[in-house]
Amino acid sequence: MRVRRFFERYPPLVMIASLWLLAMIAIAILATQLAPYDYAKMDLYSRLQPPIWLEGGKWDHLFGTDDLGRDVLSRLIFSIRMSLLVAFLGTIIGAVFGTAVGFVAAHFRGWVDDFVMMCIDFQASLPFMIIALAVLAFFGNSLFLFIALMGIYGWERYARITRALALSASTHGYAVAVSTLGATPLRVYGRHILPNIASALIVNMTLNFPGTVLMETSLSFLGLGIQPPLTSLGNMLGFGRDYLTTAWWIAVLPGMTIFFATLAMSLLGDWVRDRLDPTLK
Amino acid sequence: MSTAYLLQKFARALLTIWIIVTFVFIILRLSGDPAMSILGPDAETETLEAFREAWGLNKPIWTQYLIYFGNIFQGDLGVSYLDGRDAIEVVAERIPKTASLMLATAVVTFVIGIPAGVYSALHRNTFIDRLTMTVSVMGFSAPNFFLGILLILLFSVSWRMLPTGGSETVWHYVLPVITMATAEAAVFARFTRSAMLDVLNQPYIRTAIAKGLPWNKAVREHALPNAAIPTVTITGFFVGTLIAGGVITENVFAWPGVGRLFVDSVANRDLAVVQVIIFLIAFSMVTTNLVIDLAYGWLDPRIRDLRAED
Repeated sequence: MRVRRFFERYPPLVMIASLWLLAMIAIAILATQLAPYDYAKMDLYSRLQPPIWLEGGKWDHLFGTDDLGRDVLSRLIFSIRMSLLVAFLGTIIGAVFGTAVGFVAAHFRGWVDDFVMMCIDFQASLPFMIIALAVLAFFGNSLFLFIALMGIYGWERYARITRALALSASTHGYAVAVSTLGATPLRVYGRHILPNIASALIVNMTLNFPGTVLMETSLSFLGLGIQPPLTSLGNMLGFGRDYLTTAWWIAVLPGMTIFFATLAMSLLGDWVRDRLDPTLK
Repeated sequence: MSTAYLLQKFARALLTIWIIVTFVFIILRLSGDPAMSILGPDAETETLEAFREAWGLNKPIWTQYLIYFGNIFQGDLGVSYLDGRDAIEVVAERIPKTASLMLATAVVTFVIGIPAGVYSALHRNTFIDRLTMTVSVMGFSAPNFFLGILLILLFSVSWRMLPTGGSETVWHYVLPVITMATAEAAVFARFTRSAMLDVLNQPYIRTAIAKGLPWNKAVREHALPNAAIPTVTITGFFVGTLIAGGVITENVFAWPGVGRLFVDSVANRDLAVVQVIIFLIAFSMVTTNLVIDLAYGWLDPRIRDLRAED
């Protein structure tokens, strides 16, 4: 009976999803220690070698090699690190920027608010992929610009949430009281209002993260994201596409990783939202 | 429907288009010499100078802005430097292929997604419901480029049933449409299900049943029309994801459409074509959202009457 109740509170699928995500984070952090080879190390004698479970596979390259003889397992490990890192940085940048802009809009009102709302509307009016491709077309591709783009991917939702909650919070007793006592607006927002809206922002971060990962992998797949010699999951899929008939593992293994990662994030996110606010179901 | 409501929506649409055009103008200016960007790095000095004259690049920025708008209205959006022809022509000839793919995807999405969602809502917590919801979570978690590649691997490479790329026959449509429609249908199924559940829990449904209305009639005449309203909302997002998904899917399947042209132009920095495509997409999205807003007004009498009172 107690076992059953445990599984109702923590469904096994969600537990598996969480374990998978923790494993990916561990892989990302310990990449240099875990990977058997450097991700750019070429071994042209062993190019297009199949993974261990197929005929022709050998133990020295567990997941096989790609067209330049680079170990797929090592590249997969470093790609996980790259994709997670870019998505993480993008999420942080988006959250910080979006929250700051939200506060500015809520505080100054007037034309500042209108301008911010116009920017938000603009971003909502076009699919972000199109905006990203446009920026990449005009400004070329650099890692710095790409990470900035991943940041811009989600900022408008943080801005909207922060603006709305800050507007309503500023009418609450505590904000008025602290401000009457002489607190600067920065202090009111930073030390008093922000902690109260933090949970909404954090929920939004968990919602945004899979989208950011997908955006990065999609753009890298098209060849317009992370550029070689750096490796990312989308990047591996893009290059592996040419070898689908001869060496399908180059594309399919990173693809399955992306799939399981986004699936796990969706399941976990759904569960977290159900727990936090059952009325949303 | 009141004219005030209509005008407001039109004004909103125009404002959005204006913002997008301004955005393109800004990034075009910020990214370097527009003449070199549009005409390409190999253009001759006389052509560059002529372009600068025509676009007024030596004049103050506000004049340039007005000239830019003027050029757009006259249909002068530059020449594709890779191709040599007008950028608009290059894009326009690709539109039919993309439009047919999107139409096919939309049909499949609506035909599968919405009934699945409605059925799941009406048979809540049964096996079919749980199955549909599980399949749909997997459906929208699979990135469409990966699904496309898997489908190619299975159906084209291993089993040799369907072609890998190109778009000549009807069979060529099967895999790309499945790739795009899977995620979309999954989203629609989930959303329609929760919209229906919300409506079915409403007091007025209970009243209708209490008055003796048969369940079927209650569903058909009360639940479905009311659930249609939120479903119309996500149709707006659907067009956006359709366009974004189309860009990737066309790339995976070597589909000769606008999406593939877009990626190639971005990679080659053929900015005249990039510009035209952005405007095309912007126009499509704004028009769709406008149609949806108007459909809202027509579907939901409360919005109509509220506006009329203003």
